[in-house]
Amino acid sequence: MDQNHRIEDAIVVKSLVKRFGSFTAVKGISFSVKTGEIFGLLGPNGAGKTTTISMMTTMLSHTSGSIKLFGVDALAAKDNARQMIGIVFQDPSLDDELTAWENLDFHARLYGIKNEKDEIIERVLKLVDLQDKAEKQVKTFSGGMKRRLEIARGFIHSPKVLFLDEPTLGLDPQTRRRIWDYITKLNREQGLTIILTTHYLEEADSLCNRIAIIDHGKIIKSGTPDSLKRSLGGDVVRIGVERKTELMRLLKGKPFINSVKESNEGLEISAKDGSKAIPMIAKIADRDGISISYATVKQPSLEDVFIHLTGRDIREEGADGESAWKRFRGR
Amino acid sequence: MEKVQGEMMTGTIDAVYTIWLREIKRFLKSKSRIVGSGGQPLIWLAIVGIGLGSAFALKVNGSVPYLTFVSAGLIGMTILFSSIFAGVSVIWDRQFGFLKEILVAPVSRLSIVLGKIAGSSTIAVMTSLLILAVVIIFGIIPLGSLSVLGIVELLVFMLLASATFVAMGLIIAALINNIESFQVLINFLVMPLFFLSGALFPISGALPIWLDALSHIDPLFYAIDGMRASLIHFSTYPIMVDMIVTIFCAIIFIGMATVLFKRIEGK
Repeated sequence: MDQNHRIEDAIVVKSLVKRFGSFTAVKGISFSVKTGEIFGLLGPNGAGKTTTISMMTTMLSHTSGSIKLFGVDALAAKDNARQMIGIVFQDPSLDDELTAWENLDFHARLYGIKNEKDEIIERVLKLVDLQDKAEKQVKTFSGGMKRRLEIARGFIHSPKVLFLDEPTLGLDPQTRRRIWDYITKLNREQGLTIILTTHYLEEADSLCNRIAIIDHGKIIKSGTPDSLKRSLGGDVVRIGVERKTELMRLLKGKPFINSVKESNEGLEISAKDGSKAIPMIAKIADRDGISISYATVKQPSLEDVFIHLTGRDIREEGADGESAWKRFRGR
Repeated sequence: MEKVQGEMMTGTIDAVYTIWLREIKRFLKSKSRIVGSGGQPLIWLAIVGIGLGSAFALKVNGSVPYLTFVSAGLIGMTILFSSIFAGVSVIWDRQFGFLKEILVAPVSRLSIVLGKIAGSSTIAVMTSLLILAVVIIFGIIPLGSLSVLGIVELLVFMLLASATFVAMGLIIAALINNIESFQVLINFLVMPLFFLSGALFPISGALPIWLDALSHIDPLFYAIDGMRASLIHFSTYPIMVDMIVTIFCAIIFIGMATVLFKRIEGK
């Protein structure tokens, strides 16, 4: 056991580097994941998320750096680490010829589960609402059902950490929400530490306690979704008003406001705390008899954060990467 | 320490059994594979055995009817084809992602290799026993030449040869990532292995020296020679020589497959 290891740290990654020939996919990243949290690695395709996760799950050798899973060196004591982790890979990894039950049974046996094996399989199938499909061959399953089965499988051997690599890639929005529910359930009810990668901003936002934004093999910013959004300086308040210039003059220089600019129907105000700013703005307007027709507060989205940090849209890059990949495979 | 080793041992056996079980389940679910793997050698027996035998009224060594001679060869052929393709099937596991599920499990790489060998060999030996049953029922191999010891020896040769060629398939699968090139390589490898093995004609002093030399580096040659010795007491070498070489080959190939499996990375 590492002396410096703190109880609350499930995973500690330090200066991790991965080179493929002359290309450096992961350029010395460091982060830690606390026990019981959902941690997200957010970034466009090709940012190095899967490479990072592959090293953390013993699937890929590293160039330099260290990874500790509950104090165990995951790069040296591979079998110890393997017993502690559950994985849902980005690409399907089920045996289509076998039934759902047989797939789970295979997993349980490989991980040396003997006591109450069948009860455990039944329980995890129930957890993802697949108990009625236990005897069906996996090749008859939809993409969403396969994903759910894989999540159930990743959880069978009671891992301490569950890794999810792009858990909802290629799923329709409804199925995606359902997968989110299962992930949240595993985290809340079973207290499972979860680390996931995604290039969907909504996914990172609604699921993760903490996020590390990764781009070109480097972590460029990390924190809770809220703190990341707050780092942009505050909320956007939109106000419907006819006497724009007058109100703008009155608001300029007020401490609760960062900046004001005119928009089509009124003013767009950047404020540290939008919901507190609105009544103060209303008070100032009221004093001079200026009437306000409406006021809205919008929190900056993670998308705004991503654009602010990288200067580009996460999806642009993603779409480009995907189509290039398709072109490549189509040949 | 002893307890830890004991646990590791049961862990290995469990893992081998788990992977064996999957191979058997998959085989039993695939009707076309069952029919194909049993049917192919029977067709060879009927067409090549009967065809060549009667067209040229062949007698090997002046006394052994050709069909009797070729029976052990076709059992060897079944083992070869069935085993090497089963080993290579790991490529499909990789293609469909299932290999990752196996590689990320906390089990030794040796137990993965042994599990695959156990499963595939079971299937290969079972199919070969079907051929054996047919040649006995049709009197191609006279009952008089069979003995319990002979059958046991035959089974040992079958298992060892099967282990060797499953391991060879695994080695190919570990070295080659792409499905297109493996077909070519298999044909390039399997055909010479088969034709040089003495399955269809005896490897004896009558052959040109280069052909004779090539046959002697073919592991299947010794396995089939041993099978023939145990079935009809006709062979190039004493059965012990065949046995020692076959055991040696199995160990070498299993060792190589294990080393290569340790290096596979599940990207």
